[in-house]
Amino acid sequence: MKKKSVNYGKWGYIFILPFFVIYFIFSLIPLFDTVRYSFFEYFRSGIKQIGPNFVGLANYVSLLHSDMLKYGLNTLILWVIGFVPQIVVALVLACWFTDARLKLHGKQFFKVVIYLPNLIMASAFALLFFTMFSTNGPVNSILCSLGWIKEPIDFLGSVLGTRSLVGFMNFLMWFGNTTIMLMAAVMGISMDVFEASDLDGCNSIQRFFYITLPLIRPILSYTLITSIIGGLQMFDVPQILTNGQGNPDRTSMTLIMFLNSHLKSKNYGMAGALSVYLFIISAILCFFVYRMTNDNDPDGSKKAAKKRARAERRKTK
Amino acid sequence: MKKRAVSMILAAAMVCGMLAANVSCVSAKGSDEGKVINIYSWNDEFRQRLEAVYPEVESTSKDGTVTKLKDGTEIHWVVNPNQDGVYQQKLDEALLNQADASADDKVDIFLSETDYVFKYTDKDADVAMPLTDLGIDPDKDLADQYDFTKTTASDADGVQRGATWQCCPGVLVYRRDIAKDVFGTDDPKEVGEKMKDWDTAKESAAQLKEKGYYTFASYADTFRLYGNSIENPWVESGDSVIKVDSKIMDWVKDSKEWLDAGYLNKTVKGQWNDDWNKAMSSESKVFAFLFPAWGIDFTLKPNWDGAEGDWAVTNPPQEYNWGGSYIQAATGTDNPEHVKDIILAMTGNQDNLLKISKEYSDFTNTKSGMKDAATNADFASDFLGGQNPFEYFAPVAENIKIAPLSAYDQGCVELIQNAFSDYFQGKVDFDKAKANFETAIQERYPEITEIQWPE
Amino acid sequence: MMKDKTASRIRSIVAHVVLIILSFMCLFFFYVLIVNASHSHAELQKGFSALPGKYFWKNLMNVANDGSFPMFRGILNSIIVSGCSAVLCTYFSSLTAYGLYAYDFKARNVAFTFIMAILVMPTQVTAMGFLRLITKMGLYDSLLPLIIPSVASPAVFYFMYSYLQSSLPMSLVEAARIDGSGEFRTFNSIVLPIMKPAIAVQAIFTFVGSWNNYFVPALVIQSKSKMTVPILIATLRGADYMNFDMGKIYMMITVAIVPIIIVYLLLSKFIIAGVTLGGVKE
Repeated sequence: MKKKSVNYGKWGYIFILPFFVIYFIFSLIPLFDTVRYSFFEYFRSGIKQIGPNFVGLANYVSLLHSDMLKYGLNTLILWVIGFVPQIVVALVLACWFTDARLKLHGKQFFKVVIYLPNLIMASAFALLFFTMFSTNGPVNSILCSLGWIKEPIDFLGSVLGTRSLVGFMNFLMWFGNTTIMLMAAVMGISMDVFEASDLDGCNSIQRFFYITLPLIRPILSYTLITSIIGGLQMFDVPQILTNGQGNPDRTSMTLIMFLNSHLKSKNYGMAGALSVYLFIISAILCFFVYRMTNDNDPDGSKKAAKKRARAERRKTK
Repeated sequence: MKKRAVSMILAAAMVCGMLAANVSCVSAKGSDEGKVINIYSWNDEFRQRLEAVYPEVESTSKDGTVTKLKDGTEIHWVVNPNQDGVYQQKLDEALLNQADASADDKVDIFLSETDYVFKYTDKDADVAMPLTDLGIDPDKDLADQYDFTKTTASDADGVQRGATWQCCPGVLVYRRDIAKDVFGTDDPKEVGEKMKDWDTAKESAAQLKEKGYYTFASYADTFRLYGNSIENPWVESGDSVIKVDSKIMDWVKDSKEWLDAGYLNKTVKGQWNDDWNKAMSSESKVFAFLFPAWGIDFTLKPNWDGAEGDWAVTNPPQEYNWGGSYIQAATGTDNPEHVKDIILAMTGNQDNLLKISKEYSDFTNTKSGMKDAATNADFASDFLGGQNPFEYFAPVAENIKIAPLSAYDQGCVELIQNAFSDYFQGKVDFDKAKANFETAIQERYPEITEIQWPE
Repeated sequence: MMKDKTASRIRSIVAHVVLIILSFMCLFFFYVLIVNASHSHAELQKGFSALPGKYFWKNLMNVANDGSFPMFRGILNSIIVSGCSAVLCTYFSSLTAYGLYAYDFKARNVAFTFIMAILVMPTQVTAMGFLRLITKMGLYDSLLPLIIPSVASPAVFYFMYSYLQSSLPMSLVEAARIDGSGEFRTFNSIVLPIMKPAIAVQAIFTFVGSWNNYFVPALVIQSKSKMTVPILIATLRGADYMNFDMGKIYMMITVAIVPIIIVYLLLSKFIIAGVTLGGVKE
């Protein structure tokens, strides 16, 4: 597979050139600015500019003394509430949709529908959520008329309510997206493999764990990494639902909302330092995920999987 | 619909222009005036009023971005949404680049709201020109304006750097049917007696509660009344310490008390949300709202689903002001004569102001004019069943003592309400709410070093 | 065997129930949106009603005829920006991914690690520097800064790379070389078709993301004739003081969604029909 003659190498450079040129101009220069300013005291007071004055690591130190870790924990909780069900549901749906043996009626319809919530702007979606879940809104009146609750639930007034709503909204907006990505991955698997497993008598659960999962590993790790990054960068949904305050008691304040409140005061110094922290955290997390999912070579694991599948089959028979 | 309205306004403006030739000072214009006047604002409010009353207006393009004046000068409207602070962000960038901008790109006029006007009138920032530099003598040309509006638009030294056409004295708007049910009368005078100060209002609130009514919808409704009566600014000029006024803590104390006593509706959290809007409908049990003129017209009226004449206004427990858009001339403008003319026509001309009051229901910035309006049946409101609200607005406006301002007002007002909202709902205790305010305010204003609470 | 059959029947029932619940939740919000768009502002303020109102046409006319909010111009701008972004982003990401996947060269590992590292950088902070930069370049208030940077999208690159890993055998490329195909031709006529499902997926995502982007366009765009849909909606909400017409806003959101739904339905054909991958499989 890696039998490439050397003279093809220059094509590699040519192919990746546009990406790097554009990235360098539009992202790297601003990025350097960000990192550089993290060592400065630099903000706006009213309309007056303060700084930039070099302060060394002062911004980093003062962030450590702030509630940053608490917001990190909030972010983690919100991520778990929203993204874990999202990935689980997406995996299950991707398998169902690509499983020829499972006779699904209206498959096309379902496939189209699940992605639809992602098409609405987050702000518009939050607007609808507000209307639905306000104290005097339809969800409460339905629950009341069904007799499930006596008093209207104050969804956005409680910690659990707010967090669940944020999680639920994230889930609804993104599970279709993840499903489609995973579906594309599963469809990339050659039909021969599935047919072979069918002949071998794999049941659908075995097939999922021993064939599908190992084979879509690259895309799956992509999904995990992007969702970790997406989780760390979670912003618009809680921002809009809680009016930028992360109420109640700042329990739904995420790291990027924290960052945003620094940007509101144009505090480039503090915001820069916070971004560097964020960068380090996400880099560490992604490194682990990448290592975990790409460590063993896919061929080896596939063989092992097949062997295990056969063993399973023997046992069940 | 809208097109017709605009063309009618245009026609009106032209007629008005012919009649009111005395306002115009086109002849006085210097030859070095620029050809483009850039006006920064967050909505069309000012443009509509300018089109309605400014005699020099010839026409406005269909998309509302360019207004042509009779002498060929063009007004370019730079409108950015208030949402997410985009308006101030863009205005700030433009003002900071003012010196390097080419003549046609320079900001000439910008608008600001009471909550942040001080950020721009600040003497050191010097982004808004003193009116005297434009050739306007506030004592003479703007003598008929309410004093508190002049104070609001002045820097720490008392130099006026802006003016407004609009004053927003607030009154108490109440439901007549509830008043009859509880107090046996719906007469504004008598209801006003029941609400004349906080102690009396509290007794009336208990009466309302007995019959199952809420006095106000939300704790945020009363904030402006307390917030406008603070004795010292949030931050003294040049200082980096926030001093929370005892009046603010009174609001916290009273709101908690009222809420726990059931005088306010617990499910309405803050303003401008669904629950708050519904509190204005016929099914709601809320007795009154605290609104200035625009609130009655733009907020209460669209939310009310009953008959006209079911609401009436009376005096509030405490005089207050809510809102107001200030017109400011940007330092470095290349059109000082035009800017002067516009400011004078929009804020210092009684005929124009009364016209705005009639057409847009604004309470305008003319003492004598509003005094007349208070007794003039032409200003009666159909929504209030023929009651003339100016009768109550005018005395409030006379008595408003504007709170001392600081450049930090917008953040302080917003964040303190947010922080204590959790406390009112019992999510956090008092000290935690204080701590949350301290955290939030230092994020917003990094230069703040300390927050002092009253004893 | 019997057991197998009942098991698969149960599985099928479960699948249907779950899918119906999920679809209901997804469609419910569209229903609410359309119902709300058919009510007047006054009706909306009174509370939610499950039945459509009579104001649909009137709200639509309000949106279409409002000269100060060039809605259709906005939609056109959004289509230009999102369309170009989607094309540039997917093509160049595939190109970059292929460049790193198929060729061996010195800087390869460095380049790959570099892209993986920048993938995790939050975008919010660079926005301010980005604004300063494009102002200096004279691109302020132009659609270009909303389009060009999409050439370098680390996340899309990574997706394409992962996809290539799982579906492009190098033997195919080598076969093409033996046939005398040039490198660019191999990419355009052999690799791209194989990547169709991945490209369709990312094209949708990029299109939608760029369509709904508010943060960057709000910083960059100034003049009304260049505004994209989300800015227009925000401008409308900030327009008449507190007097914005909710019926009109819901209608605007509805109108704004129609074009992306169309694009989505067009592209989703690729995914839903299930592209049978050509070429040799290992």
